[in-house]
Amino acid sequence: MNIPGWIQLVLFLGVLCLLTKPVGLLLSRVLDPEGRTPFDPVLKPIERLLYRLLGVDPKAEQTWKQYAFSLFAFSLVGLLFTYAVLRLQHILPLNPQKLGPVPPDLAFNTAVSFSTNTNWQNYAGESTLSYFSQMVGLAFHNFASAAAGIAVAAALVRGIARRSAKTLGSFWADLVRVNLYLLLPICLVLSLVLVSQGVIQNFQPARQAALIEPAGTVATQTIPQGPAASQIAIKMLGTNGGGFFNANAAHPYENPTPFSNFLQMLAIFLIPAGLTYYLGTSVKNRRHGWAVWTAMAVLFLAGVFVCWRAESVGNPRLTALGLDSAGGNMEGKEVRFGIFNSSLFATVTTDASCGAVNAMHDSFTPLGGLVPLFNMQLGEVVFGGVGAGLYGILVFVVLAVFLTGLMVGRTPEYLGKKIEGYDVKVAVLTLLILIFSILGFAAWGAVSRPGLAGLGNKGPHGLSEILYAFSSATGNNGSAFGGLSGNSPWYNVTLGLAMFLGRFFMIVPVLALAGSLGRKKLLPPSEASFPVGGTMFIIILIGTIVIVGALTYLPALALGPIVEHFTMSGSALVY
Amino acid sequence: MIAKTHSLFDRRIIGPAVIDSFRKLNPVFLLKNPVIFVTEVGAALCTLAVAFRGAGEAPGFIFQIALWLWFTVLFANFAEAMAEGRGKAQADELRKARTRTQASLLQADGSVRIVAAEELRKGDFIVVVAREVIPADGEIVEGAATVDESAITGESAPVIREAGGDRSAVTGGTRVLSDRIKVRVTANPGESFLDRMIGLVEGAHRQRTPNEIALTILLAALTIIFLVVVISLRPFGTYSGVSLTVTVLVALLVCLIPTTIGGLLNAIGIAGIDRMVQKNVLAMSGRAVEAAGDVDVLLLDKTGTITLGDRQASAFIPAPEVTVEDLANAAQLASLADETPEGRSIVVLAKKYGFRGRTISEMPGAVFIPFSAQTRMSGLDFEGRRIRKGAAVAIQGFTGKPIAVEVQDAVSYISLSGGTPLLVADGSNVLGAIHLKDIVKGGLRDRFERFRAMGIKTVMITGDNRLTAAAIAREAGVDDFVAEAKPEDKLTLIRREQTAGHLVAMTGDGTNDAPALAQADVGMAMNTGTQAAKEAGNMVDLDSNPTKLIEVVEIGKQMLITRGALTTFSIANDVAKYFAIIPALLVGVFPVIAPLNIMGLRSPQSAILSAVIFNALIIVALIPLALRGVKFRPLGAAALLRRNLLIYGLGGLIAPFPGIKIVDIIVNALHLV
Repeated sequence: MNIPGWIQLVLFLGVLCLLTKPVGLLLSRVLDPEGRTPFDPVLKPIERLLYRLLGVDPKAEQTWKQYAFSLFAFSLVGLLFTYAVLRLQHILPLNPQKLGPVPPDLAFNTAVSFSTNTNWQNYAGESTLSYFSQMVGLAFHNFASAAAGIAVAAALVRGIARRSAKTLGSFWADLVRVNLYLLLPICLVLSLVLVSQGVIQNFQPARQAALIEPAGTVATQTIPQGPAASQIAIKMLGTNGGGFFNANAAHPYENPTPFSNFLQMLAIFLIPAGLTYYLGTSVKNRRHGWAVWTAMAVLFLAGVFVCWRAESVGNPRLTALGLDSAGGNMEGKEVRFGIFNSSLFATVTTDASCGAVNAMHDSFTPLGGLVPLFNMQLGEVVFGGVGAGLYGILVFVVLAVFLTGLMVGRTPEYLGKKIEGYDVKVAVLTLLILIFSILGFAAWGAVSRPGLAGLGNKGPHGLSEILYAFSSATGNNGSAFGGLSGNSPWYNVTLGLAMFLGRFFMIVPVLALAGSLGRKKLLPPSEASFPVGGTMFIIILIGTIVIVGALTYLPALALGPIVEHFTMSGSALVY
Repeated sequence: MIAKTHSLFDRRIIGPAVIDSFRKLNPVFLLKNPVIFVTEVGAALCTLAVAFRGAGEAPGFIFQIALWLWFTVLFANFAEAMAEGRGKAQADELRKARTRTQASLLQADGSVRIVAAEELRKGDFIVVVAREVIPADGEIVEGAATVDESAITGESAPVIREAGGDRSAVTGGTRVLSDRIKVRVTANPGESFLDRMIGLVEGAHRQRTPNEIALTILLAALTIIFLVVVISLRPFGTYSGVSLTVTVLVALLVCLIPTTIGGLLNAIGIAGIDRMVQKNVLAMSGRAVEAAGDVDVLLLDKTGTITLGDRQASAFIPAPEVTVEDLANAAQLASLADETPEGRSIVVLAKKYGFRGRTISEMPGAVFIPFSAQTRMSGLDFEGRRIRKGAAVAIQGFTGKPIAVEVQDAVSYISLSGGTPLLVADGSNVLGAIHLKDIVKGGLRDRFERFRAMGIKTVMITGDNRLTAAAIAREAGVDDFVAEAKPEDKLTLIRREQTAGHLVAMTGDGTNDAPALAQADVGMAMNTGTQAAKEAGNMVDLDSNPTKLIEVVEIGKQMLITRGALTTFSIANDVAKYFAIIPALLVGVFPVIAPLNIMGLRSPQSAILSAVIFNALIIVALIPLALRGVKFRPLGAAALLRRNLLIYGLGGLIAPFPGIKIVDIIVNALHLV
């Protein structure tokens, strides 16, 4: 833990804090169908055209069921479309490498992965997918699934803010407006800046280069090309995380400079942070928005500290053998980024449901790897995925308010909305789905032949790999402990199911919660209202998230990273 | 008082409660309480495991775990049985009033037939005479009587019940002391007020309140979550080479699921109603008690609630050239035979000027002139003097002369300050004014202050004019008032507040209060009130003291706080239990994990047993808190939250660490494992 690291951390959080308000204000306008944005002169006609093509009336508001149905139908059509593109890529254009069709289980996994904003990649982009598949089949989801997540968050916020209302807005208007006025403009700017840093953007076939120092019989290297920059921008901004190249953000064509690295991490947190401000403005309680932001920031810093410290200390066994110098644990890390930027990136990408990586999480120390794993198991609510982070943490807010709200001597109430049986039911349902999927699939994997076959390591670390895979899939993160080979029929199907459950089975109860809250009367605020701003609330929210998370996953984690940590630090065993 | 406050651990309650806790082991009964039901299933599994145990497991250990799991269930049952027992004890007292009585049924032809009380039906007419027990709930249609209602209210002073008006209701089981009344029966046998009271305090058909239902859902969900955690731990263990037996897994499960709050939840609810009963308030449902905690607007009648029912003379203001003594003397003479509280207060005030109370009988020839609606004056004709007191207009008519400017000023001053002016005249001379004042009950200002801090708005409602109302409102310290209100206005006001999202509580006794009582979220009817009022409200105050609404709100809040505090405590406890059990599970296969055993528990088996024992004992330790309730403090939400979170959240996090450690030391000292 060194001075440059501290400076970069302060800079990162500081810039994020400064950008929260402007992004939040932009979100307020984008998510209001009547709202004006700076891009209206150019994009308004396109917006109208899109409504006409979709055949929807943007002013027609939907109930929670209609909203959920629209979202579900839209995502399902997108999923099937991508499946078709992947299976048929050999007869579709833009395939200079002449790649064949993607096998059915892998196509299923990949289609689910992208339509759920997960971007778990059981394929290697450059050797499996054509440019057409990448740009049309996948990139489309990077926009659509991100916009859908933001739409759900907006619907929930509307439910909280409205009184005695039956509707939550129009999914179609939200989808179109978020894409046009939020994602496209920012991505355009971001990809240009990334190109300026050296991220490639072309349609050329892969190049063959002669090795300067031939390794045995290998004398040439294949250097992939392609339209990377445009993909990278939305991959980060939309917390998708699917790399253009297999090495993801560790690849020099995807993430060439420290500045591009900084920008990419910032892009991940940009919209999730702005959404907290949007929450504050919508419910007319800015303090609440900032309280949620602060709770997230505290959890974020805690993660960074643990991970950074664990990686800086490195493996004491190797140090004792004189194998590791003062640099800490550099295995699996880019020398360009070093310990701090790898730890920070790992924390950011798993706090959010991004899943882009600039270092190999599998090679982190046990505690360093525990941080990304635990982040995902908490439900990725620390800023979180675009939209998904906000609605995830709001579910925790509802539970925290219910748990502690009674202690003020009233029926628990959140921003004037009484939390009743139905709300508790749908809120805990989201937790249950998460837990069932993560622990259920992982437990199955840990004792089944196909589950064990994919492991790259034995012992506690192997268990960590399985846990990581299903936590990542269920949380729609997409990053992996790379030691696990996920491209087998069993993993393709189970991970695909986990992603599906983690996305749509979460969204339905969240929208039900939004509908229920929206229908309620609003109790006027008074001295007796539960305080949802300030230190007390922040502590309660953090406490609820950590305790619920810890209580749920501690036993499994104890057998994985925790035992591994004690084995590394407390025994003479060398891995 | 029917509501004898039973000491927390009354032997007569504990005995039956112990037996009840075994009776409640019936799984069909426990199914309603998912947390305890799962614990019972776990206990049964462990009991079976004693017989069908795996290799290498000590039967003594399994047996002890099973035993303590059964204790956990029994302790939870015991908490509930204790709460019910306290109610039953009170119900028994009430039952004594429900002795078999006979009734004089009035036949259509006017004759009277003696029947058993059980034969009476709604709409029958009965006659009750002195020293008879009223056989059924009813309404007096003819006559008036003094009635001893101590069987219901505990108040020994007899009350007057008469036909017509707001005091016509009589309750079955009370005794007529004098006179004869004709009563129309208003309740069939088994549906009477007394029957309902017995049912309520016994908690026989207690329905879960909305908040309890929500909490039960959460507790059930947590139970399912921990079931998944524990069940999935077995395959994870298999992978890691750690074999986890059923006993150990069940022990972990029971320690994690919120047994503390799960075991005490019912007891808290029953105890809430019970606390109301101890205050002589009958809540018709737990829902009403809960609503009392949520109330944020108190609608208070001025008369009886904020002020003493009657006005009191507070000053004499003499006319020019009249001494205050002369005025006091005349005022006292005019009030000697006036038995109204106002009249008596004038006599008392005059005593301060040296005039002893005289009686008319000592004064030959004195004639008392009672108040009449026509003259609107009362007074005394005595030794040729004609002394009168009354409202300014009436006195002016009596004297036939314009009133002096100074006296007029006094009259307007008294009105402005919220009082009622009375003038005293001797023949054609106006002697001065009496200041009759509404006396605000003591201690109210402080209470309203506390309510304000808790975010509760107090609204006074009165028929007085604005000026008078404002003056009293200021003196009593209420937040708002409605002047010149008609009884119907209450309903409008409640609706308006409710539309704005508020929850309103009010008291009432008259039939015209009934719609408002029904509309209010908490409607507390006075026991002296009409049957209609009692049926419309969701609470009845047996002492008929409207100020008690304030205590009702406090009890409601106290019940919610107790529930929240124990929930938080229960969940926070889990952290320590993890630190006891997880290392114990793993240390056999992974000795390196020993540093996680931060409590330094002796052996894996003693660690698990200690956690289970602690988990069971904490239920017993918290029974008094559940029954008595967390001490209520009138603070704002933020302050209350901080305080309770510190005690029950942080306390719940820390307390089990030393707790489990102590149990572990004892377990080892006794060589239990």
